[in-house]
This record gives sequence, C-alpha cells and structure tokens, in this order.
Amino acid sequence: MQEVKLVIDNLEITVQEGTTVLEAALQNGIYIPHLCHHPDLKPAGICRLCMVDADGQMLVSCRAAAAEGMVVKTGTPAVEKVRRLAVELLIAEHDAECLTCGKNFNCKLQEVTRFVQIDRERLQELKASERKPVDNSHPFITRDYNKCVLCGICVRTCDEIQGAGAIDFALRGYATKISTFGDNPLRESACESCGECVERCPVGALLPVGFQQPSREVETVCPFCGTGCGLFLGVRGDKLVSARGNPRHTTNKGRLCVKGRFGWSFVNSPERLQAPLIKKDGRFVEAGWDEALDLVAGKLSQYRGEEAGVFASAKTSNEEIYMASKFARVVLGTNNIANVAHLCHANTVRGLLPVTGSAGMTVPAWQIRESACFFVAGCNPTEAHPVIGLEIRKAVREGARLIIANPKEISLCRLPHLRLPLRPGTDAALIMGMAKVILDEGLLDEKFIAERTINFEAFKKSLEIFSLNEAEEVTGVSKDLIREAARVYASSKPALIFWAMGITQHSHGHNNVWALAHLAMMTGNYGKPGAGVAPLRGHNNVQGATDMGATPAWYPGYQLCPGYELYPRFNKFSSSQEKFEKAWGYKLPDSPGLSTVKQFNVKAKGWGGAAMRDLQQKIKAWYIIGADLVNGVAESGHVRRSLEEAEFVVVQDIFLTETAKMADVVLPAACFAEKDGTFTSTDRRVQRIHKVLEPPGKAKADWWITSEIARRMEYSGFDFQNPGQIMDEIASLVPIYGGISYERLKEEELRWPCIDKNHPGTPVLHVDQFIKIEKAEFWPLEYIPSPELPDEDFPLIMTTGRTLPHFHYNMTRKVEGLNKLCPEDFVEINEIDAADLHIQSGDNIKVISRRGSVVSKAMVSNRIIPGVVFKTIHFIESPTNMLTSSEFIDPMGTTPNTKVCPVRIEKVAIRKLEGLGEK
Amino acid sequence: MVDYELKNRIIMKEIFSSFRGTENELIPILQHVQEHFGYLPESAMLEVARFISVSESKVYATASFYSQFRFKATGKKHITVCQGTACHVRGAGKIQDTLERQLGIKEGETTADQEYSLEAVACIGCCALAPCIAVNNETIYGRLTPQKVKVVHEPIRGERKNGQKNHSGQPGNML
Ligand code: SF4
Ligand code: SF4
Ligand code: SF4
Ligand code: FES
Ligand code: FES
Repeated sequence: MQEVKLVIDNLEITVQEGTTVLEAALQNGIYIPHLCHHPDLKPAGICRLCMVDADGQMLVSCRAAAAEGMVVKTGTPAVEKVRRLAVELLIAEHDAECLTCGKNFNCKLQEVTRFVQIDRERLQELKASERKPVDNSHPFITRDYNKCVLCGICVRTCDEIQGAGAIDFALRGYATKISTFGDNPLRESACESCGECVERCPVGALLPVGFQQPSREVETVCPFCGTGCGLFLGVRGDKLVSARGNPRHTTNKGRLCVKGRFGWSFVNSPERLQAPLIKKDGRFVEAGWDEALDLVAGKLSQYRGEEAGVFASAKTSNEEIYMASKFARVVLGTNNIANVAHLCHANTVRGLLPVTGSAGMTVPAWQIRESACFFVAGCNPTEAHPVIGLEIRKAVREGARLIIANPKEISLCRLPHLRLPLRPGTDAALIMGMAKVILDEGLLDEKFIAERTINFEAFKKSLEIFSLNEAEEVTGVSKDLIREAARVYASSKPALIFWAMGITQHSHGHNNVWALAHLAMMTGNYGKPGAGVAPLRGHNNVQGATDMGATPAWYPGYQLCPGYELYPRFNKFSSSQEKFEKAWGYKLPDSPGLSTVKQFNVKAKGWGGAAMRDLQQKIKAWYIIGADLVNGVAESGHVRRSLEEAEFVVVQDIFLTETAKMADVVLPAACFAEKDGTFTSTDRRVQRIHKVLEPPGKAKADWWITSEIARRMEYSGFDFQNPGQIMDEIASLVPIYGGISYERLKEEELRWPCIDKNHPGTPVLHVDQFIKIEKAEFWPLEYIPSPELPDEDFPLIMTTGRTLPHFHYNMTRKVEGLNKLCPEDFVEINEIDAADLHIQSGDNIKVISRRGSVVSKAMVSNRIIPGVVFKTIHFIESPTNMLTSSEFIDPMGTTPNTKVCPVRIEKVAIRKLEGLGEK
Repeated sequence: MVDYELKNRIIMKEIFSSFRGTENELIPILQHVQEHFGYLPESAMLEVARFISVSESKVYATASFYSQFRFKATGKKHITVCQGTACHVRGAGKIQDTLERQLGIKEGETTADQEYSLEAVACIGCCALAPCIAVNNETIYGRLTPQKVKVVHEPIRGERKNGQKNHSGQPGNML
C-alpha cells in the first residue's frame, strides 16, 4: 500500500493511499466536524459538516481521498460559514432535550455544536414547532425522530451491515424522514432487531429501551447458536445489564443478532433455579447441597451399565461435557451417554467420518467472504445462525452465487439467487440429480478425484441407474433448474455448502449428507480457503458435545468405543477402550450404548439391526444435564412415559423445565455467564467463556456438580479445582485438542485439530490430506423416500424450524422482549391449501398427526410450497414434538425423521387459548 | 379474502410479465401497479420488492419520493385539484380548501365511505379554464369558484340519497 503526504492546517501528514481527508485529519488528532461519517460505513456526504478548503476549493472531506501534496485548511471563514449554516439547520429540526436524553455527553450533535459555537438566542429562534410521534412499538428500540439529524447512518447500517433494508429515506424536501415500509411501526417492519443501527446513531433518535450503563464489562461468548459470536457482557451490581458485540472477534466483528444483543436477560430471571429440589410426596421441596448430592449419589450407585442413562448438555462447556462423558463411563459403567446432537448433526458426523474423516466445518466463518458460491440446503441461516447469514448476504452482494434448496422461501431469497423448492425429504434425489449433471457435462475436477479420493467408480455407477427425470418427479423441482444449479455450483469456485436440520433430520439423513459431501468432492471443493462444507451447528456448544464424546460411539475426541469399529477398512478407527481405561483408571463398558431416541423409544427402527429393535426398556435411572427432552425429542410421548416409569431421575438445569418437573431431584446449575470454560463453535474454534457474575442462590457450575456426585460415590479422577485443570486433562487425551490451554486461548484463535502446544490450529481442514483417512472416499448413493408419507388422512407434510427471536423452549422464552417479537406458535401454510381449508391468517387451527394433535395459529403465505406446512419448535403451549415420529431413525446417525411429518389441519373455533403467549 | 389476494397476485403476475425484474424498472412497475389498483396497495409493493430483489423499505421510500404515487385507495370519484401556476394564481388554493372542508378529508385522503378522494396535482393542461379540477382523470370542470365546487360531488351524494344502487367493485376500478 502506498503512502500519501498532505498538509492539513500546516501540519504535514502521511497516510495510506485511499484514506479520506476526514480520516486523515481524525487519525492525526485534528477534529473536523462530521455527522454522517461512520468508520464502518461507506462515505455518504449527506450532512455537509465536514467541508474543508483544499487547495482553494470547497471539499466534502469524508468523501474525498487524500492526495499527494494536497493543502487542506479546516477553518477558513468560508468553511466556518457553510458549517454554521448546516449546523443551524440541523438544530432547528432537533428536539434539544439534552438533559433527559439517553445520548447526553455521548452525542455527536453536541460535539459538533460545541465546536461550531451556536449562540443561545439563535438557538431559541430556530426551535422546531411540530412534534413527530415517537415510535415505541419495538420492545428493544425507541425511535424518536424529533432528534433525528437525517445522517442516514441507520439506513446505511441496516443496508450495508445487516443487509435487512428495513428503513430508508422517505418523502422528500422538508418532509424527508427515515421510514420503514409503509411508515409502519418498527416492530411490524422487516427489521431484524439486531440493534446495529442503535449502536451507531450519532444522536438520541435511536435508543435501546431501558438502557443501563454497566459498571464493568467482561468478554465472553454468546450462549445461543453455534456461530459463537464474541461479546462483552455488562454488569451493574449483581445484575447483567447489557451486551455488545466484540469488535475484534473475527466471526462477528462487533455484530450480534437479536438473541445475542438482547436475549441475555434470562440470566436475571426470577424463575432461575436457586436451590436443589427433592420431590417428596409428589411436590418439590428445597434442600441443601449435601442432602441432595448424597441422595443422588446413593440412588445412582444402585444402577450400572445398561440400567443407567446420561445426558450431557450442548449448552454447557467442553469441560462439563467431558465430565459427563467420563462420569457415564467410569461411574455408571455405561455407554448410554447421549446429547442433543443425536437429534441434530449426528447424521452429519457419523455420515462424514467414513467419507472425509471429519465432519467439522471445513473453513473458518471469516472465510465465508472468500467463497464464490453458496449452496444453502435445508437451513435458514438468517434466522437460526444470523451472523453467518450476514456473512452470506455480504458475499452474495459482492457477487458470489447463491443456490437455495428449501421448500420455504427463506429470507436469503431476497438476494439474487437460484431457488430449488423441493419437497421435504427429497434432498438426496435433488443432489444426485445435480451430481449427474456435473458428471454428464464433464464439470468434474478430475485431478482432485484422482489424487485425493478413492472409490469414485462405485459412486459413478450408482448414478447411472438414476435419471434427471426421476429427480424432477421425486423433488418437484424442474430438470432445467437442477441443471442450472449444478452448472452454477460446479463452475463457481471456491464453493461452500451450508446445511442444517433440513438435511439431517431424516431417517435417511446420512444419505443427504453423503450426497452433499460428494458434490464438494467431485468438484474439488476441499482443502482450500472458502471451500467445502459448513454443517451449521445449532447449540453454542453442540460441536463440543460431539467432540467430548457425549455419544455412545466414541470417547472424547472421536476415539471409538468397542463395537463401533464401523469402518473396518480404516484400521485407524479401532477401539480406544484400552487407552481410556488406562487414563481413567477404571474398567470401561464393553457393550455399545444407546443414543437419544433409543434411550426413550427402544423400538425405534433403522439403527443397529433386528437385534436392537425389540429391546425392552432397560434404563431405570437417568442423569439429565441441561436438556429439555420432553420438548426436544421427536415423539415426545415416549420421553414422558419413560421418565414416568423410571425409578430415579435427576435433572440438572438452570430452569424448572418440563423435563425437570418430572425428576425426583433437581439440581440448580450456573449458566454460561456464571462460570469459566470453553465452547467450541460451528467452525471448530475453541473459545473461552468467562465468569461474569455469581450464580443465583445456591446454583453451582455443572462441572462442580458432576464431579461432586462422582466423589460422593467414591470414584477418583474427579478432583478438579477449576475448569482449566479439566481442559488440561482433555488436552492430554484428545489429540485434536492436544494444544489447547487457557493460557493460549487468552491470545490465540485456535481451531481443532490443534495437536500440541506449538501447533497453530487448523483454520482450513483437509489441506494436504483428509483428516484421519488421508483420501476421501466416495460411496454409492441412493435415494430413499421418507418412511411416512402423506396420504388421504394426513395430506400435508409438516416440517419444523426456528424463528429469529427464539432459540428453543426455555432461555429466550424467559425474555420479555423476545416474547413480544414472537409471542406465539404459528403454522405457515400455502395460500392454496389454506383456501381449500377455508383458513385465514390468525385462525386457530388444530394440527393432527398419527401421534397426536396440538392447537396453533395459521399464517397463510405464498412463501412455502403447496402441500407443506411449517411449524415452529419454540412453544411448549403447542408442543411440536407431540406430533413428530421417532419410529424410524437413521441407521448411522440415529437421528429421527422430524422434518417429514404428515399432518392434517382443521380449523377450530376457540376464542382464547389458555396460556398461549402473553401480551 | 384469500381469493381476493390470489386474484391480485394474478394481476401482479401479468404486470410483471412485461418486465425483467431489475431494480431500474421500479418506477415503471409502480406506475403499472397504480394504474391497475388506483393506488399502491402494501401487498402489491411487497410483491414488487420481491420481484426486483430490493428491500420493501426502498420500494416504499422511492414511491413516497414521487408525488404521483398514492398509498391509499382512491374513492370512486377521484378528484384531482390542479395546483399548476395558472390555476394557482386564479385561486386553486381556495378551491382545494373548500373541497377539503366539504368532503371532510385532507389532500391525499379518501372519504370513509370510499366515495371520494382528493389529490393536488401539477398542471393538467387546461390552463385556459383555470382554476380547474378533474374527476377520475376524465371529466374536467373549469372556471371554478368556491361556490361552484359542489357540482363535482353533489350529484352523486344526491343519487345515493334517492336510494339508487351504488356501483360496486374493488377500489380503484375506474381506470
Ligand atoms: S435515526 Fe439516527 S442514524 Fe438514523 S438518520 Fe436519524 S440521526 Fe442518523
Ligand atoms: S435493528 Fe437492525 S434490522 Fe432493525 S432497522 Fe436497525 S439495523 Fe435494520
Ligand atoms: S448469531 Fe448466534 S452466536 Fe451470534 S449473536 Fe446470534 S445467537 Fe449469538
Ligand atoms: S461527514 Fe462528510 S458529509 Fe457528513
Ligand atoms: S395550471 Fe392548472 S391546468 Fe395548467
């Protein structure tokens, strides 16, 4: 980069080429008044306050690049005059109630006015008369346009940073104002409630509702989705009062979504569990830790092996999940250790191990910008992984191609894109169609296939008997579209494939995953920046839950348990039982364990062969940490029944969830803000979380509780003083975490595999070799239809998902503002189906499946294909998993078939539904 | 209701069929929409935003910049008051004031019974007849005075009083 020399107010200044005159001045401590300039945004030149004299000419300094030899004067009489006029006009329009304004002392208009010196009398003359109404519709943002200086920073933020375009300049001349679509209240607009505009508004026109200045801030990581945004939590007294994005974090770069920025108040909720609870005669009674822990230790010692089930929480830290994994195997002698990944990306993980050796997202989130093409299949990043959604938006606006396979028109569809509106569950057929086009038209990367993969012929053969006609028939997507998508994908490199539950939550989910991975393999999209696959992890630490072995198939670090030497061809996948017996000092169980669905629905078909199908329920006691299984597991009736019939259930959580209510003992846990530890984000980055405040009442960190139970059961190896020591043990046993330590995480950004303390971590996976298996392996593909298809009685396919303001059923539902943004469940239904059923938006409807029926509200739209309805997962008042089925699970990943659930919809005439949302 | 929306969507499809879906077509598309509906219904603007892949707020903002676009349904009789130079000097302001008072609405609004709407426009090309107003862009009334303004709306209100059937149809069908 070249340097430029210029003179500003007689000071000689050197700046990088491309720096604007305004930036050059500010960088060197010379103040030039400005309002519409913001370092994060492109210059707009709206306010005209930054006028300077450059070589005798008037210049808008925020838009002009500094040029060699330029002579700039910032305070000539002419400049002062223009500036004063501009400021006066602004003040005339401004409701100067400084003392009561939330922006007092922090306001750019005050700064400018102070500098320009406007006298009092003049100010009085200039007072505006007409007051504009204040928009208080939004639970988190107040808009008072009596204070707006029309700098357009909010408009540009919403467009350039958020890509939402919720607001713009409307009307013209004197009447000009910032307006939403139709000048509707913000809450009813396309606003995504990210709060980015509020962060940047230079005056008090946009303010966060009820903002309190924190007295200290602590750096940590967002507790909601797997994106893993860095944030600073603000504390005042013993309460959390604020959150802001960490500008130095490479993923979010200061940005946060509505959950990250405004969703923290569940931490302060009065509903948090504060003391251990013991059920006596059907009612919970508060107890001390000693009593509760002794009771749990005593009870749990009565069950071992196949009689015990353990759940680790994808919301807790790696250290805590590791403890749960060790606890199950050592203390309870069982491989029945599960976590919610089994409802989620287990199909990805187990599916990809034999294909590419690892199921991690291949590139860091910050490399999304380097991709030339995105294939977004079965996921809705702008709602479920919002900050990753922003990165996709940004890249697409800069020219990257976008292919979207989804029965729903997701919000990314507002960008230029190619949409494949497929029927739920037919992804494999669609992708096989694309693969066939790539094959037939010779769009392959033959060099990559030859050098870095094996078994291509078998894959090719499996495609020979598959035709594009079949793909069209099965998916409902036209051949032409499939062809075009294949061509775009294969010819724009590097390409990145995103997927989530739409791909995995099927009893044939691993097939979908294979198909996607094969697409990347046949086009050479592996091992390069911005290329590969990005299976987006849902929970903040569900990646860690899989890494730490909270699954029957492997110990921490994907080191297999006996009975799971699934892929004998790779002797690298042999059992690590001996290694862990030695390290942990106990005999470990020999028999395979049951994952999430199987623990509650022993008769679920699909996994483990006939012998595993007719099991009797053997688990008699459960230790469930931070998982609301009664809401979370498909066909939740089985979970309820199993927990009712169990002899002993202990639940450890931060709220009295529906699941906790069924427990014999409930242990109160500390949440993410109340403990130290690490979370691993969807892009494999291991990040430190820091204790911000004390847990409420007697609540304790999960790692402490688990090890305390183990100690009371007289097991050794659970004597940790702090989570850092647990991480050291993890590093010693888990090769991919080998070089991770709290010391290094202070400074370094580390992504696994990080083999030893000198290893720099692995931003891009599979660069020279595929992890573990050296060469990627193609597998023959086949399309398997979903096991339960619509028929006369249940003619519509229900598919499920998240909405932007909520995460699951507990944390965000405790946040008043988020409940206002999304107060109740809805079922999105195509207008044609709705017309057939005489249903209108807002009607109460009954959704009926073979498992049961629940009541919800209709939302008629043309953004979902006919024949398919979409229902949210968040509302325990209308529990979606009462409807879904767990009869069939994936043979590899054991994930149930949640995304294709045939239903019937009927209009019901209930006026008021009990407990449905709050106003 | 649903059928009505579906019908509108078919109209929108027809409108879009003569465009490619690029951002610079925004104004002409909006003009077509207004021609069909007599104003820019929100649902139609949302479809336009989707069709040309720009944000809804941009569509609204752009439309609001031009005085030619209306955001409310026009009445069955859409009255345009000329505020061009010739009319202005001959008292168009008073004409407008009078109409506003008599109809009980402000410029840009529609009466509650959907009968009348009022809009101020630039020269409508009949300066010789100034001050003048047009009804439904077809009938011109010229050389008006505040006293004479009634001719524009009295007949209709009168008719209705006589129990005659009111013509039905969606708002803005008159074009
Ligand atoms: S609301 Fe704030 S950021 Fe937006 S234009 Fe007004 S002053 Fe600028
Ligand atoms: S909160 Fe975010 S989405 Fe909403 S207007 Fe502001 S920048 Fe746009
Ligand atoms: S994108 Fe995910 S990690 Fe980032 S702030 Fe939102 S919920 Fe938190
Ligand atoms: S800061 Fe340069 S015009 Fe506003
Ligand atoms: S000025 Fe009114 S018709 Fe020309």
